Amino acid sequence: MLEKTLNGSKWYWSWIILLLALMGVGFASYMHQLSQGLTVTGLSRDVSWGLYIGQLTFLVGVAASAVTVVLPYYLHNVKVFGRLTVLGEFLAVAAVIMCGLFVFVDLGKPSRLLNIILYPSPSSMLFWDMVVLNGYLLLNILIGWNVLDAERKGVTPPAWVRPLIYISIPLAISIHTVTAFLYSGLPGKYFWLTSLMAAHFLVSAFAAGPALLILLCYFLRKVSKFDAGDEAIKKLAVIVTYAMTVNIFFWGLKFFTAFYSQVPEKMSTLLYLFVGYQGKGNLVPFMWIFAILALAATVLLLNPNTRKKEFTLKIACAAVFISLWIEKGLALVVAGYIPNPFGQVVEYVPTVPELLITIGIWAIGAFILTLLLKIAVSVKEETELSLESARYAKTKPAIVSQDNGKTVGM
Amino acid sequence: MKMHRRSFLRIGGVCALGLGFLPAVKVLAGSGQSRVADDPNALTGNRWAMVVDMKKCWEAGKRDCADCIAACHQTHNVPDIGNIKDEIKWIWQEPFDNTFPDLKHEYMAEGIKRRSFIVMCNHCDNAPCTRVCPTGATFKRRDGIVVMDYHRCIGCRYCMAGCPYGARSFNFRDPRPFIAEINKKYPTREKGVVEKCSFCEDRLAFGQLPACVEACEEKALIFGDLADPNSEVRKILRSGYSIRRKPDLGTEPKIYYLV
Amino acid sequence: MRMYNARGILIGLCIFVALITSPFWFNMGKATSAPVPSLDTPAIRQMQEKVCIEGKEFMRTQHMELLRDWRNSVVRDGRRIYVATDGKQYNMSLQNTCMECHSNKEEFCDVCHEYASVKPDCWTCHVDPKEAN
Repeated sequence: MLEKTLNGSKWYWSWIILLLALMGVGFASYMHQLSQGLTVTGLSRDVSWGLYIGQLTFLVGVAASAVTVVLPYYLHNVKVFGRLTVLGEFLAVAAVIMCGLFVFVDLGKPSRLLNIILYPSPSSMLFWDMVVLNGYLLLNILIGWNVLDAERKGVTPPAWVRPLIYISIPLAISIHTVTAFLYSGLPGKYFWLTSLMAAHFLVSAFAAGPALLILLCYFLRKVSKFDAGDEAIKKLAVIVTYAMTVNIFFWGLKFFTAFYSQVPEKMSTLLYLFVGYQGKGNLVPFMWIFAILALAATVLLLNPNTRKKEFTLKIACAAVFISLWIEKGLALVVAGYIPNPFGQVVEYVPTVPELLITIGIWAIGAFILTLLLKIAVSVKEETELSLESARYAKTKPAIVSQDNGKTVGM
Repeated sequence: MKMHRRSFLRIGGVCALGLGFLPAVKVLAGSGQSRVADDPNALTGNRWAMVVDMKKCWEAGKRDCADCIAACHQTHNVPDIGNIKDEIKWIWQEPFDNTFPDLKHEYMAEGIKRRSFIVMCNHCDNAPCTRVCPTGATFKRRDGIVVMDYHRCIGCRYCMAGCPYGARSFNFRDPRPFIAEINKKYPTREKGVVEKCSFCEDRLAFGQLPACVEACEEKALIFGDLADPNSEVRKILRSGYSIRRKPDLGTEPKIYYLV
Repeated sequence: MRMYNARGILIGLCIFVALITSPFWFNMGKATSAPVPSLDTPAIRQMQEKVCIEGKEFMRTQHMELLRDWRNSVVRDGRRIYVATDGKQYNMSLQNTCMECHSNKEEFCDVCHEYASVKPDCWTCHVDPKEAN
């Protein structure tokens, strides 16, 4: 099916070339970071995790969100999601690969990466994160590819795919729970030390992921013959609505615990994020953008009129995605270190090399997603066409797959 | 033809995967026996700890004294990077409000407020850093020292996130240019690994006290074994009031302060 | 049998063969003689009986394993005394034991390592005696 990526319009190829260029720049920037060390980033002794790990956290959420489509379809027979499961799984693949890349570029000694396998440490959440993320990646590649391949051939998927799908559902929840455990088990970081962490992560993921999926569906509708269907998009929008509302509720819970208890360690980071602390607050404008976008999105989503209209739904989904990127991809990780263990504020500002590497990895993810979606959409277009013509001819659909006259091989 | 090719590739893939296991198995199997002995002079203990007598440090010590810091950083080739972003420190001074943020208040005695405390890795009995390390590069040894294995560290900095005391530093860049005078008897570290106070385990092995303890002219740093009821540290702890940093976190730090 | 896409495949094959044999092209005419590590250091000159911790053949084939075992024993177990085959005891230290006698890294260690194109990463941390001077 890979050969389907080689046929495309000039827009498709321009996009591919743009992504390759961004990947090249990111790679060159990473070579610079490899030779100089992580001093080229904005990381410091006090804020030792920043943009890279923030992206990891956000993208694990996006990856986990495939379950919002897979669970209803496979466990509760919500048939309208039938077309979307493969999209969700491929999105998860691209997202998890990005997660792995962000961990890789963050390491001080990437050449020793295999130590985490050679010397397993079951007490470390990072170890388990590696295990579940790689397991989830493998599962989604196997499931997505095989289900799509079966669809292309007009047969039901092989029997062994089904148990894998069932496993992928709790595994999706677990990848984000384990990622949350990275943070919520550390005694010294008061902003992170909350039982709410894993729940908040999941809810945030179930808002951001499906929002992106909705935007992808509209995009695919425009550039290809693939149409997920209005009902599927409506159902996804409802999921985003509930998730976003609970997300806002959880922020409210955070604020209540901190400011009603008046415990300084609980208040200081929230103060730093929203109004500044000790005279410093470079994240404040971002947090207000997050707050405004999140509230605006929730209002647009809660109101059925704006949720059902394509234009306002698209705005709401974009707002959800951007605001939750700020929340998880930027604020959460950095703010955990502020104030530092000595009660002082040392701020973090990502540098240009850091940003270029980050953009480069996002480009890799977009590249993988583009290729996978191209394959999925091409297959679905063909099978639906042949199903259409079969229905018209009132005969059984012939298993024909032809690509420009060449017979499609393995 | 198709079926044969597919099965061939599948079997080939599985074989390649199987062969890939061989180096991993070799590493895990380990080498033959090693003949190891212990230096009879070595200082041995089960729960190494340190008492920092701040009164001795302040009242009897000379002004702006940093003998312990200089001795440590000199002995262990700790670089002086020169900016707070990339700085590396194993032992340093912090004011009271920063050392004990849960104890500070507005009307604290001036004598305490304006003085600096000596801080370093606490070698906690229940260290979060060793719990979170994904490779076991930092671990707790039998004698109670939290050790860094610089050969195994992948530089993920999870231990730095886990430490509630900010005791760990990361080599953001190559440290060598920033070491004024290299101590030829001790290695440096390289860019990409985390480092911290080692309780001078390399000196203990040859019967020497930690460099900071030895360097302090006022004997304000007292090192000893908590498991030995007759050790100096136990005697001092019995004799007066002592505090530790952030005890409520359950880390069981082993640096005790006499204020 | 007909070969489809013959031109593309043959061109690609030629490029592949050229790339995969490139190490040979790059090293043509650069053959060097076998390395001879030099034992001429002040410390060794002063020794009465010029013996290393273990025999030459053992060291030649197993110094890597020895150093690795030393590393694990020192760093992870905190045990620093090595008992050699002849019963003598040594401090397990690359810097303070091996390099004390073999203080000529460029003429000793590097000679074989460069010949075999091996790049051990000891020296970013362990101090080369010449460098420290």
